[in-house]
Amino acid sequence: MTNGHDTHSHIVPIKVYLLVYVALLVLLVATVGAAYLPGHHTLLNNVIALTIAVIKAVLVILYFMHVRYSTRLTWLWASAGFFWLLIMFILTLGDYFTRHWVPVLGWE
Amino acid sequence: MVQEQAQQKLSIQFEDIAQQNESYIVGMWTFLVTEIMFFGGLFATYLVYRVANQEVFWEAHRHLSIPLGFFNTCVLLTSSLTMALTVHYSQRGLRKQQLLWLLVTMALACTFLVVKGFEYHHKFVEGLIPGANFRFEPAEHMRVAQLFFSLYFAMTGLHALHVIIGVLVMTILAVLIAIKHPSVQDFIPIELTGLYWHFVDIVWIFLFPLLYLIPR
Repeated sequence: MTNGHDTHSHIVPIKVYLLVYVALLVLLVATVGAAYLPGHHTLLNNVIALTIAVIKAVLVILYFMHVRYSTRLTWLWASAGFFWLLIMFILTLGDYFTRHWVPVLGWE
Repeated sequence: MVQEQAQQKLSIQFEDIAQQNESYIVGMWTFLVTEIMFFGGLFATYLVYRVANQEVFWEAHRHLSIPLGFFNTCVLLTSSLTMALTVHYSQRGLRKQQLLWLLVTMALACTFLVVKGFEYHHKFVEGLIPGANFRFEPAEHMRVAQLFFSLYFAMTGLHALHVIIGVLVMTILAVLIAIKHPSVQDFIPIELTGLYWHFVDIVWIFLFPLLYLIPR
């Protein structure tokens, strides 16, 4: 070791991993619980389920995949992946969900 | 702790170990980005059809077992934790603990696959495999229900394939660690396998609510 300091690999304490794990399990129970909410809340249920899934994914990426402790280049690479995914979703869903706005003869 | 990483060999094209490790990790993330887009295509397809056929998808999804899906989610989340522990002990150079938690991760991955196998078998018995023998009540919803199960098998099948590949990679790593092979002296191979494994976990984090918990 030339630099004397542990700069290239941050060792995450086990306690942090366990806390993230507990948070993931709590969020999992919350997702299932939200699905059993009484009454008709299709949109609300979908929003809750997907929000919880995104929070879980971010927890896994930041702590289990160490992006929080990684270099800025890693951070940029990881976010670029999801940014590209977002472009794909916005373009695809923007097309399909707006087709009925302008009725076209012969297309239902 | 720090001395363990001093054993890492520096390849000629890198300035120092930090740069070398960063290259490995960014390289792995590049692969994961292609994987994100790969699964993303399936998720986009699913969303388009789900929004168009909310009612029938809800009816069809009742044939999936929420308890089994819930159990499998717990198994995968736990396997992500044990994988993170494997990386932790590997960074500290504690070989025995590293091997132990890697084997636990493999056992959990196999548990996931076995449960998935039972679920698939159940669908087969119920006649819910898309194709000529697909049966669904009421009959007028058969086509859309078949679409749901086509997407179900494509998405969970592709995910299961990734789990199988993960188990194979972990098996190779476990053998290399057990025989003290020089290529697993440092934590990078485990770290990269871990990144892959957590990605597989993330895919399931989205698959579970989207397929198993469709609100009416």
